[in-house]
Amino acid sequence: MVSPAPNIASYDLLRWIVLIPLAGVLFNLFIGRKLGNKSAGALASAAAGASFALAFYVFWQMAPDAILRDTLYTWIESGPFHVDLSFQVDALTAVMLLIVTGIGFLIHLYSLGYMGHDDGMARFFIYLNLFIFFMLLLVMGDNLLILFVGWEGVGLCSYLLIGFWHHDHNNTIAGNKAFIVNRIGDFGFILGIFVLLTELGRQGVWTLNFAELQQHAKMLSPATITLITFLLFIGATGKSAQIPLFVWLPDAMAGPTPVSALIHAATMVTAGVYMTARLHFLFALAPATLGLIAVIGAATALFAATIALTQNDIKKVLAYSTVSQLGYMFLAVGMGAFGAAIFHVFTHAFFKACLFLGSGSVIHALGGEQDMRKMGGLKAQMPVTYWTYVIATLALAGIPFTAGFFSKDLILWQAFSHGALGLWAVGVVTAGMTAFYMFRQLFMVFHGECRADAHAKAHLHESPAVMTLPLVILAIGSIFAGWLGAPEYLWGSRWDHWLQPLFGAAQAHHESVSTELTVTAITFAIILAGIVLAYVKYGRAGVKTESAGGGLLYRLSLNKFYIDECYDLIFVRPFTALSSFFARFVDPWVIDGTVNGVAATARGFSTVWRGLQSGNVQHYAAMFLTGALALLAYFLGQL
Amino acid sequence: MVPLNHYLILSAVVFAIGVIGVLIRRNLIVVLMSIELMLNAVNLTFIAFSRYLGSTDGQVAVFFVMAVAAAEAVIGLAIIISVFRHRQSLDPQEMQSLKW
Repeated sequence: MVSPAPNIASYDLLRWIVLIPLAGVLFNLFIGRKLGNKSAGALASAAAGASFALAFYVFWQMAPDAILRDTLYTWIESGPFHVDLSFQVDALTAVMLLIVTGIGFLIHLYSLGYMGHDDGMARFFIYLNLFIFFMLLLVMGDNLLILFVGWEGVGLCSYLLIGFWHHDHNNTIAGNKAFIVNRIGDFGFILGIFVLLTELGRQGVWTLNFAELQQHAKMLSPATITLITFLLFIGATGKSAQIPLFVWLPDAMAGPTPVSALIHAATMVTAGVYMTARLHFLFALAPATLGLIAVIGAATALFAATIALTQNDIKKVLAYSTVSQLGYMFLAVGMGAFGAAIFHVFTHAFFKACLFLGSGSVIHALGGEQDMRKMGGLKAQMPVTYWTYVIATLALAGIPFTAGFFSKDLILWQAFSHGALGLWAVGVVTAGMTAFYMFRQLFMVFHGECRADAHAKAHLHESPAVMTLPLVILAIGSIFAGWLGAPEYLWGSRWDHWLQPLFGAAQAHHESVSTELTVTAITFAIILAGIVLAYVKYGRAGVKTESAGGGLLYRLSLNKFYIDECYDLIFVRPFTALSSFFARFVDPWVIDGTVNGVAATARGFSTVWRGLQSGNVQHYAAMFLTGALALLAYFLGQL
Repeated sequence: MVPLNHYLILSAVVFAIGVIGVLIRRNLIVVLMSIELMLNAVNLTFIAFSRYLGSTDGQVAVFFVMAVAAAEAVIGLAIIISVFRHRQSLDPQEMQSLKW
């Protein structure tokens, strides 16, 4: 894959895209909090909006093969190793920029309504702006170190926002879980960076800059590249919730719903996909890693979808759906179709953010109720929420001519045309399951009779305009965002054209159009089957408040295959047992024993020797004399 | 003419008396006097060599020692007076508080 000579241009505007949200954080931290919640929220939203406007302006101006760069200063200078604090925008970053700032801005707006009654609103918006700042560092950094700083920063914001309502201990636990599981992934990630740096350094190239890495990647041996990409992928499994590190994401739903939409659906969790796409030149050289990524992605997609089938918490369904969709993205990465992966990131951001915000609207209307068994029949009272939810559900299910159709179909087609029929079949089955659980949710929440209690029913209302406007915009995006990447047999892909300078020409697997259409038709048939099944079970028959019964598979799925319990048994318990062993025996006896032993020995010696320091001048003089005489005797002996 | 060795032996004896005085006397004033004795024993050696070698270098050194000894006596006596006012005693054995 020969990349054309990059057309690098300096562009001083870029720093402001990053710095404006940071300014919002600082201003709100010191001044905005005193002005009151509403003004702090408005200010934070304005900061996100300004950032979006700038990002859009940059996107509008740039050519697809351009790399815009803005260097602030030299961050690290150590011998031949040199790191700049420098931002860059190329075609890939531009896409991520628009997602982060655009969806971010809409969710800021939405939060003005959703968090309107919350005392911690100012704090919430500070975290939200801080998140935007770190996410922009992540996607705009022109080297791996800045990406890593952003990577850790968004992890921190995720932790802070999951535990935002920290008076409930469970939320804090969920935040801790997210943080700790991510640490495991980050450990692999940073090891990958170290190996990359030192192995390239051994060849005489000390750099972490993406452009330079791309230039010199071929110098590494295939085994080294496989190791590096494997370690980096471990980082991606943590951040992007893939098997085996996906367990934190469903728990992360403890945070406020706009957070789930922004961080745990649209942006942060796709950072792993972004990272692999950013380093596509390394991953493309490691077929073994790509194979592993494809298998893990497909497995995650299927596994999470099976769990989502039976969940009763409205947000848990969406959370597992997110894990599943991220699996699709990694399936695309594993096929080497980075453009398709990023395309799914893009469309997924719209419809998943829309779904989360819609669920937030429902939760808001019902006064905090999240159990779908206590919902139902909300269609009449919440028309805007309902219709946007329907559109986003169609998009996620992959109904033709919605956004999700184009991206998911592209990924499945990539799998099929690469001959990975097993993975393709898994993807198709998952698509059917996706349709089933989403329509199950739709029927349970919006159709049938209202099962909410009388108190919640009395308060039922459509959300204010500041919340429904983002829903409408996102719903529009949920349809049209996908049209950019239409297949050849429709009107062709603008998307490939945009990313082509970066990832090289799309892999020309243009078999006959009829094959492609047949594959699409198979997928569509399975999706329809899922929808019909959902209608039969939940739409027509109405919702039974499912008792604990059901078959073995049902119970397995409802209890998330006991993965958390397994991890608890295999990792957490041995670890805490080991810790308490160390705390009870090793620390007081071995560690303290050593330290106290050294002190006791020193004290023993000093009780003997301190007698010498009598305080009597004449004793000192006598010792002095003895020493002088000894020296004299020594030198006389020398003669 | 008294040979050089006699001067040196006398000087050594005086110096030894001074050292013993510093080490064993229980009165700070006597200790101070013993230090003077040691200094003057050294002076005697300087003078003896000065004469023996026919050079004035030794005499110059002696003048320095005498000047320093005078200063030392002044400060030493001042300290001793101040110590005595504090403790009504000049026994060095009783001044042992500066220790572990």
